[in-house]
Amino acid sequence: MNEREYVTFKIGTQVFGASVSEIHDVFRPSNTTTVPLSAPEIAGVLNLRGRIVTAFDGRALLGLPPKEKDDGRTLAIGVERDGESFGLIIDEIGEVLRLDADSLEQNPVNLDPVWASVSRGVHRLDNRLLVIMDIDRMLSPPGGDEIAAAA
Amino acid sequence: MGVKMDDLLREFLTETADSLEVIDTELVRFESDPDDKDTLNNIFRLVHTIKGTCGFLGLPRLEAVAHAGETLLGLFRDGTLKVTPEAVTLVLDSIDRIKALLNHLSNEQVEPEGNDRDIISRLEAHAEGGLNAAAAAPRAPAAPPPVAPVSSEPDFSEDPELAQAAGVTTGRWDPDQQRYLRPGEVSMAELEAAFLATEGPAEIKNAKPAEAEEAEGKKGAISTNATIRVNVDVLENLMTMVSELVLTRNQLMQMLRTVADSEFKAPLQRLSGITGELQECVMKTRMQPIGSAWKKLPRIVRDACQDLHKKIELVMDGEATELDRQVLDLIKDPLTHMIRNSCDHGVESPEDRIAAGKPETGTIKLRAYHEGGHIIIEVSDDGQGLKTERIRQKAVEKGIVDPLEAHVMTDAQVHRLVFAPGFSTAAQVTNMSGRGVGMDVVKTNVELIGGTIDLRSRRGEGTTFSIKIPLTLAIISALIIGVGEHRFALPQLSVLELVRAGPQCEQKIEFIKNTRVLRLRNRLLPLVSLEGILGLSMDGSEPRADELAYIVVMQVGDTRFGLIVDQVFDTEEIVVKPLSKRLGSVAQYSGATILGDGAVIMILDPGGVAKSISNLETTMRRVNQEEASRSSNDYVAGEKTTLLLFSAGGEEPRACPLNLVTRLEDLDASTFEMTQRGPVVQYRGRLMPLVHAAGTHALRSEGRQSILVFSQGESVIGLAVDAILDIVEDNLTIQLSDMSQGVLGTAVLKGKSTEIIDISYYLTQADQGWAEAAAQGERKAKRQRILLVDSHPFFRNMLAPLVNAAGYDVVVAESLEDAQTKLARGNVFDAVLADTDHPSKMDQFQAIVAQGGNGPVIPLSSRSEAPSTVLGPAVPKSDRYALLAALDSALRSRGEAA
Repeated sequence: MNEREYVTFKIGTQVFGASVSEIHDVFRPSNTTTVPLSAPEIAGVLNLRGRIVTAFDGRALLGLPPKEKDDGRTLAIGVERDGESFGLIIDEIGEVLRLDADSLEQNPVNLDPVWASVSRGVHRLDNRLLVIMDIDRMLSPPGGDEIAAAA
Repeated sequence: MGVKMDDLLREFLTETADSLEVIDTELVRFESDPDDKDTLNNIFRLVHTIKGTCGFLGLPRLEAVAHAGETLLGLFRDGTLKVTPEAVTLVLDSIDRIKALLNHLSNEQVEPEGNDRDIISRLEAHAEGGLNAAAAAPRAPAAPPPVAPVSSEPDFSEDPELAQAAGVTTGRWDPDQQRYLRPGEVSMAELEAAFLATEGPAEIKNAKPAEAEEAEGKKGAISTNATIRVNVDVLENLMTMVSELVLTRNQLMQMLRTVADSEFKAPLQRLSGITGELQECVMKTRMQPIGSAWKKLPRIVRDACQDLHKKIELVMDGEATELDRQVLDLIKDPLTHMIRNSCDHGVESPEDRIAAGKPETGTIKLRAYHEGGHIIIEVSDDGQGLKTERIRQKAVEKGIVDPLEAHVMTDAQVHRLVFAPGFSTAAQVTNMSGRGVGMDVVKTNVELIGGTIDLRSRRGEGTTFSIKIPLTLAIISALIIGVGEHRFALPQLSVLELVRAGPQCEQKIEFIKNTRVLRLRNRLLPLVSLEGILGLSMDGSEPRADELAYIVVMQVGDTRFGLIVDQVFDTEEIVVKPLSKRLGSVAQYSGATILGDGAVIMILDPGGVAKSISNLETTMRRVNQEEASRSSNDYVAGEKTTLLLFSAGGEEPRACPLNLVTRLEDLDASTFEMTQRGPVVQYRGRLMPLVHAAGTHALRSEGRQSILVFSQGESVIGLAVDAILDIVEDNLTIQLSDMSQGVLGTAVLKGKSTEIIDISYYLTQADQGWAEAAAQGERKAKRQRILLVDSHPFFRNMLAPLVNAAGYDVVVAESLEDAQTKLARGNVFDAVLADTDHPSKMDQFQAIVAQGGNGPVIPLSSRSEAPSTVLGPAVPKSDRYALLAALDSALRSRGEAA
């Protein structure tokens, strides 16, 4: 059996999974400085233990409406790429799942193209669907594949 | 990564590379002063060391080349051979070969295949040839090498027997090299002896270390005491960590500031102090004297001299000035390019220099010094200066500026066009500097490290480029500013000053249409709000007249503007962190930093901010124009005229040259009397006719009336105006027009279109007999004829009526050529008034004038401090008294002579 470990998290109501090896850490973003003129999906920059992290808004990336009110429980998934730190802001962090890679199914053909571009496929769990997210793709600038290519 | 390089070899390579750089510099110095034994000894010693080490490491090719070079140097040293530029070129060539070999060595760890027979035989041939010449000359060298001079010799030296058999046993056998010596060559043992005899580093003679250091110091070399080589990466790492430490310290300090009394206070204070010192020390490890970036330059200048057949001396000043090695690396290439540029385009050929009355040898001066956290590097030459017209023409041809724009640009602005992308000034592309990269690349490179570049040039006297760069890139001084909720860091380098503007302040924000401007010390500063640039304003940045704001006056390149911000916090030393790739496309930021309170803020890129002000470009251009004309006056011989600004019959300012006005008066209008010939006033015991610049009807009948008084001889007239506005000194550029009588044309003064009035029109209007009356006293039986030559229409129009009014007949010529035509028609003039715009042509012109039996040529100058010309001191055009006096005395002496 070809097992993979996935960290699960929620953006909006959807549950996503990302490969454990891709994720550097999970942190609570605080004191985020918004950057005027930057792309809408960039939530801002913040200081994480002396490093400057560029934070991305997961909802904006997926075309979801912004969170109605900030409950102070916002979390971010930290990723390191090319000596730079990035953060993906999510709504909720879940458990770590061990899943059989062979049971990964292809994206449904009618999936929203934006979602399809960041999804590696779907796992059918007992009571829900788990979309496996390609974090690199998620953080790549639209149209450019710098980060994905580097990975 | 391949085989790890042998430690010994690597050390050899680093040391040799350093030595070779020194040799380049020393050799060039040596060439210019062959009598300098110290320099020669230095070179000799260095080559010897290289040779010795090569032998030790088993590098035969290197050793052979070094040996041949050393032999030649040895002959220089004991005076057997004269130092010639060819000989030095040869030695430099051999050094180049050594470099090439070393290069291969450092890449491949083995010497390349092949041999260096070519360069070695050239060196040997030179040694022989020079020796033959020396032997031919009847002089006994101090230590003659024991050789028999032979003109040519087949290469038998590798085999003594063969050589003997051929009967050419000309040289002696050298047991060290296992071959016969060439004529002029010395044996290894002899070289060694010579080396030991050479006064070298004191350790050889086991002198005291103190003396050794002193000796080193005297030679001006960079001190070699107790240094170790540290990998640059280690230093970089150290720097990063210290930066983090500084940030953490700042955070702690910030936290503690809110706590009234804490036991952490004392230890934290100590930590803070130590951190500061540590930071300073680490910064110091990154500092290097700028001289290390200059080492290659003397060689470059020398080679350029050879290639271009010029004579140039490179003078360097401030080699010890230190700056961050990262910055140092980044300016090496721009500097090299600038030096090449100066050699190629700046300094003229020796013939041209002599023709221009300059010393044959040109000088390029390289200067570095510190100025408040920055380092200034200047490259100046005493060459021909920039060819303003050619640049203008070329810029138009290349489409860099449109013709109209180019026409109104000041010289200084035109000069700056050499920094424009795609501009190369050389009419003829040489292999030196015309390789597609121009000053624009230099500018880009300098700006990349947060520096600025500027130039000053004066035709015939030279050009100076100056670069201002920060000492270090890792930590910069920045002004923290706020807009709404946001804070930003603005590099202090581009900040000129801070101004507070508002209803209660001295400065107010004003509007030209929707553009905000600030009147700052009599100049208009275009304003832009940071809010607007960053797209933060909600209502499209609706301008408010009574805004209370801080204005950061900034300068980016030649652009000066004010940035409106809500708050100004503090100046902080910030650690620059690179911008995330995902934010790289936003031109307004150059990086990010973490503040003492832990917050991340963006560092604004002054260049990017300046670029985003597109709608203000026109305003800025005008402001720049004014500024440029101001600054250009320092070195551009412009026609600067002092003008009196006044208003008459409207709001628009009018102007006339101040020098024409005798006095300004403010008279009681009720004393004006009406006569048949017009209004008059009793003025200083006599009647003064009056005329109003807007027509006589505009003359007041009560209250005070401003009058400009003009006087000529005994008579005076008054020109009434509504109000006297100002006196300005400016480069007068008149656009002539025929729109109305009494107006010469219009000029832009202080950014406003201003009518320049024709004084003579009003003067004759005031009193038709004025002109004649003026000349009454000295009226001659026959009116004398004067030829007036001036290419400037304004002066022609101003001077002709003036001279005419003084009782002379005036013929006007637009140019010297035009004047010659007029002279050729058989006209004889009693005097010629000529503008000295073309001093070089004056001699010839004078001869033509003299031939025709004309009167003397009186040189005129548009400058108020009249320069001397070939024809004696020039008379300033604006000084009518001096002019008429000069004319009078010239005519008188002509009369006497006749």
